[in-house]
Amino acid sequence: MRRSEARTGLGLIAPTVIIVLAVVVLPILWSISLAFQRVRLINLRSAGILGQFSLRNFENVVSAPGFVDTLVTTLTYSVLGTASSIALGLVASLALRKIFRGRGFVRSIMLLPYVAPVVAVTFVWQTMLSPQFGVVNYWGQHILGWSKPIAFLSEKTNELSLFGWSIPIPTALLTVIAFEAWRQFPFAFLFLTARLQAIPGSLEEAARVDGATISQRFRYIIWPQLLPTIAVLSVLRFIWTFTSFDDIYLLTGGGAGTEVISVRVYNFLTGRGDIGLASAQALVIALVLAILVAVYIKLFGKREEDLS
Amino acid sequence: MTTTDVRPAAVATELRRTERSWSRDRFENRFFGIARWGVIVGLLIATIFPFYYMVLLSMRGLGDVLNNPGSLWLELGQVSLNAYTRVLAPVASGGEGFLGFMRNSAVLAVGTVVLTLAVSVPGSYAVSRLRFFGRRQVSALFLAVYLFPSILLAVPLYVFFTRVGMRGSLIAVILVYVSQTVAVSIYMLRNYLDTIPVSLEEAAALDGCSRLGIMRRISLPLAMPAIIANGLFVFMVAWNEFLFALLFLVDDRDRWTVSLGLSQLTGNSIEIPTTVLMAAAVITTIPIVVIFFASERLLTEGLTSGAEKG
Repeated sequence: MRRSEARTGLGLIAPTVIIVLAVVVLPILWSISLAFQRVRLINLRSAGILGQFSLRNFENVVSAPGFVDTLVTTLTYSVLGTASSIALGLVASLALRKIFRGRGFVRSIMLLPYVAPVVAVTFVWQTMLSPQFGVVNYWGQHILGWSKPIAFLSEKTNELSLFGWSIPIPTALLTVIAFEAWRQFPFAFLFLTARLQAIPGSLEEAARVDGATISQRFRYIIWPQLLPTIAVLSVLRFIWTFTSFDDIYLLTGGGAGTEVISVRVYNFLTGRGDIGLASAQALVIALVLAILVAVYIKLFGKREEDLS
Repeated sequence: MTTTDVRPAAVATELRRTERSWSRDRFENRFFGIARWGVIVGLLIATIFPFYYMVLLSMRGLGDVLNNPGSLWLELGQVSLNAYTRVLAPVASGGEGFLGFMRNSAVLAVGTVVLTLAVSVPGSYAVSRLRFFGRRQVSALFLAVYLFPSILLAVPLYVFFTRVGMRGSLIAVILVYVSQTVAVSIYMLRNYLDTIPVSLEEAAALDGCSRLGIMRRISLPLAMPAIIANGLFVFMVAWNEFLFALLFLVDDRDRWTVSLGLSQLTGNSIEIPTTVLMAAAVITTIPIVVIFFASERLLTEGLTSGAEKG
């Protein structure tokens, strides 16, 4: 009986495992091997599975112009994008905690940016922010008194003078971060709402009877319970933002100081047709990501255990 | 998550402070009572406005938009659906051929749903119910696949399918989509199956039902809501997907999906008016919004179940 169960189990899971091995695991291994070879799209047919291995691609990745800039941009984009989307999701889930008429509907509306096709929403944002006929620049000039339209997606920096100091503002980068926050906050909202619903009401009730105010109840009762969820969300969102391609490629094409690593991989692959270089660049992303996540878990993993 | 971390000492000091200024509680109640509605209204506007603007522009004429970019209303007399007819009509008759793109997207999405469910329903049943060697390793593998960023897969898959000469084929894209969705699909279905009592299946087994008979007669009908929700979720992922469609299908206009079509037309041609492209954006979005509102509860529960454990 036990043995037949095992056989059935393996039989049922086998198709999934085969697909995952064939379309995910093997390609990754192959990509690692490609990263150490000189392969271009043109000479692909003549190149074997095992060619000559060298570290040339990695040298080229690191020494290519803009490598450090891209890394810094990617880090800024993913840290700020992750933080702002989670913060917005937290605020939204707290604001929608108390039951009111139509809350279910409002909650579904909030999820729209996350489920809508990314190509459609990036196009709407591009149009809204357009310096020629975008609605944002129109109202910015007519109500907020901007002297000239702002090219949100194609302007690298804008000098903002404040108390006689002129501070450079990375306009395009901030805009794509704002887009990221807008599109991804529903993800955090969804999970934080689910977590909030699982907190027993009796605790807060007790604290309220003892005279704890709203902010105190949040600080000492809700926040500690949400922290593990926020920690997990941070890791997930960071991984996905760090490697996200669609949003920036569609909004700016990687121009105006918004080139992130994944856009670079795409350009190496399709623009230059340099497979080895693209693989090496992708491998560098994976390495940087692995190191950052490991550091994060090392720093915060312990503290989180203490809290929960 | 068993302890509650109330920190009595800290609360006590805060309380003493509160007694001194007894109005803090009243102030906070009022402040957060108002701030809460401010936040709700603000977030609603921020989430809805881009979609409203999308529909609005798709129904206005280009000249009208250029002359009066700040207008947020549509007068009934101005409504024009010309953009939609132009977007949907085939290229041969002066349109942009979005009907064809929609067919491609639908073929891809339905193919992905069918194939994903065909492998993930038995797979999730095995992971949820049966003890077999390597069960835990398989779950870990699927989690890793779920987290694995697709840009890292883009290079080897692009190279592989180019080499075997299948890069432009819809089959190749379906295969890639299945590999991207199958992990999360198994995760969602397993969570649901875990909530169905095993006793029903045991009763069927006592009555002499075989393992596959139990799956077909008992577990599958009971899991139907989750399977449907899962199918819709996979459909949405496949319909929205952009990166692999761009890498694999961009060379041949007849194979473009709606997402790819929209991105290519906005990026590369100046002669198509923004209002027409807006109609294309609306057409791309509508199926997703309809499916989402039809299945929203099933979907959110399926995705977050297990998450509330922290």
